[in-house]
Amino acid sequence: MSDIDKQPGRLRPAPENFLSEEQVKAVGSGRRDFLRKSFLAAGAALATPIAARASEGDSNILQNPPWTTSLGLPVATNPYGMPSKYESQLLRRESPGLARVGGASVSFAPLQGLFGIITPSGLHFERHHQGWHDIDPSKHRLMVNGSDDSLLKKAKVYTLDELMRLPSVSRIHFIECGANTGLEWGNVAVPTVQYTHGMLSCSEFTGVPLKLLLEDCGVDYKKARYVLAEGADGSSMTRTIPMEMVESGEVFVAYGQNGEMLRPENGYPLRLVVPGVQGVSWVKWLRRIEVGDKPYATKDEAVHYIDLLPSGLHRQYSSIQEAKSVITTPSGGQTLLDKGFYNVSGLAWSGRGKIKQVDVSFDGGVNWQTARLEGPIQNKALTRFNTNWVWDGSPAILQSRAIDETGFVQPTYGQLRAVRGTKSIYHNNAIQSWKVVESGEVSNVQVL
Amino acid sequence: MFRFSKPLFVFALFSASTVAIAFENYSGVGRPATPAEVKAWDIDVRPDFKGLPKGSGNVERGNELFEEKCASCHGSFGESNEVFTPLAGGTTKDDIKAGRVRGLSSGELPQRTTFTKVATISTVFDYIQRAMPWTAPKSLKPDDVFAILAYLLNLQEIVPADFVLSDQNIGEVQKLLPNRNGMTTDHGLWPGAPAKKGGIGNGGKPDTANKACMKNCKPDVLIGSTLPEYARTAHGELRDQNRSFGPVRGTQTLGPEAAKKAADAGTLELATKSGCMACHGIKSKIVGPGYNEVVARYKDQTDAESRLIAKVKAGGQGVWGSIPMPPNAHVKDEDLKTLVQWILSGSK
Repeated sequence: MSDIDKQPGRLRPAPENFLSEEQVKAVGSGRRDFLRKSFLAAGAALATPIAARASEGDSNILQNPPWTTSLGLPVATNPYGMPSKYESQLLRRESPGLARVGGASVSFAPLQGLFGIITPSGLHFERHHQGWHDIDPSKHRLMVNGSDDSLLKKAKVYTLDELMRLPSVSRIHFIECGANTGLEWGNVAVPTVQYTHGMLSCSEFTGVPLKLLLEDCGVDYKKARYVLAEGADGSSMTRTIPMEMVESGEVFVAYGQNGEMLRPENGYPLRLVVPGVQGVSWVKWLRRIEVGDKPYATKDEAVHYIDLLPSGLHRQYSSIQEAKSVITTPSGGQTLLDKGFYNVSGLAWSGRGKIKQVDVSFDGGVNWQTARLEGPIQNKALTRFNTNWVWDGSPAILQSRAIDETGFVQPTYGQLRAVRGTKSIYHNNAIQSWKVVESGEVSNVQVL
Repeated sequence: MFRFSKPLFVFALFSASTVAIAFENYSGVGRPATPAEVKAWDIDVRPDFKGLPKGSGNVERGNELFEEKCASCHGSFGESNEVFTPLAGGTTKDDIKAGRVRGLSSGELPQRTTFTKVATISTVFDYIQRAMPWTAPKSLKPDDVFAILAYLLNLQEIVPADFVLSDQNIGEVQKLLPNRNGMTTDHGLWPGAPAKKGGIGNGGKPDTANKACMKNCKPDVLIGSTLPEYARTAHGELRDQNRSFGPVRGTQTLGPEAAKKAADAGTLELATKSGCMACHGIKSKIVGPGYNEVVARYKDQTDAESRLIAKVKAGGQGVWGSIPMPPNAHVKDEDLKTLVQWILSGSK
């Protein structure tokens, strides 16, 4: 690692804003007396003659680097562009111990380093129920049929060639697994925002409203009040979706993601988009839509994705992802380099519509300030918020609180547990807290 | 022929004023599904047993099939917690009477099993039929599914050992499911019509009501839980999961062991990409033996490395049971060597 990475543009050692590489390491090792010692060291440094290099300026400026003094690479060196070689840290990762079989596991998106609201397709979180395949689109079919012949005039089959001729919509929506933050229902269990909130992504999806296909098949909306969506993978995963959402035009059959085709891990060549609803309903590798007059109680709505209450009852057909937010910078497992100014940044979203307001607290929820929302604010999409913070070096607890357009305010852990207990697994939308200690280390805590 | 019938169909829609979209004509898009096509894919079974195929199977046959096709993951009695959460156990005769699993509310249940949760027997039939066995989904005939389900119901002490489950009596078995009354839809998380309008749930009414207080909102900040030390290090080197520039650094969480662990993680990734981890666990049998078992068997053999490399490449059968290991000619020789060395050195 070059010195550019560690001391970008710093010229003079000063108590307020200087950390050497060794001192960064000291912070990382959790030495709580670090700041006090660094002040002493920096004070001592001021008393000695300033280094010759520092007096002349930054060598990265005084001596032109190789990329300024040589020929660069030609176009199309990388026919499909990849991130910089310096960006190797932000990857999808699994949480050890969460699942024992990779084909029925989760990889989390690295929210701690992402900007804005669009998740790069290669970093989109993964959840598979029986492994993933790279399906040949020329052999993929979408069938639409009825649980009963009276619900649909004609069962039909569509190819990708045909679906891609139809009128399309492109919309930005978040997708969040119902089990996101599920590890944290009882207590703090994981260190970083990647593992607490990383079953969350947001993309621009392109496809055909399901309503159009159902009407092309002559659906009888009076009788057909439910839709079953089924995947083409080994699990042929199925979920029940209410016809009201289909009729609203919101639900669509997507082939496009962020300007290109869906990635195989995200359902190539066809997936369902069910805005505001947990990810399991966004059936990947979508091969069949059945309209019916009753819900289906499929495995993933009768054995899994059911929310255990303290009474011993399970909530069934819980689908909406309620308003939620999280600060991504700074967040758990990170260390602030220094006292002084920081842009505190995070994400807010609601399965019930647009985000109206996000408030941020630095004292564990006693006082709040309203954050800036980056626009345009979209329906059932991630919304980026930012706010200013000058860290004075003393302990702090950072929180964010989302309010959506229905007026719903994101709950605290205390409020959520009072009604749902601690064993629900799904739909944990509690306010997240990040504790900052004097060393600058940020860690995951739960404020009741 | 449908190309002729289509315009007539659209015209019919036009004349029916109740239909919302009548003016679009997506001519040339889609074709009617044949009855055989619908039959091939429409295999779902609903709680009212719509879609249930005809057939039957007894407990004894189910036991044989389970041992052959299911026990490697689920254990002979559906009790295994090694690969997936247990299928069977956790319910009582009183639960069968009440239709509610008491252990779910009493806290006595160490872990929920499938039969402590499921309220609809159709769900289990549907899932086995569409997705099992794990590596060969949809290979079971309806009679096989009835038999396996009969065996599971017997394990759960819902039906006797001489029971024959069929499409004719599955409705009676539904009335004996231990948690059949254990679901509620009285919540605000269903995005469709509410129960009072023929749908599900309470119409979207939330169950929490936080207020957007801004100043002096509470007297104290109560911290309920902090990150345990083991959890801080269990997710690897956090420094390497953040950029090396920008406003923050990832916190260094691992000591001198970090390099070894990172190397192990790299090899685990290679093993996963090469397809090994689909059938082998590091410390547990999945379809094939766990790597700990491989080490135990080969640790004293001097030529273990070369023998295992040859074995992995060519595939084999018989050493660990009847399920064959497929050949792995697609894995590069150098990667094979790395993988086998990693397994023999106690993979992590």
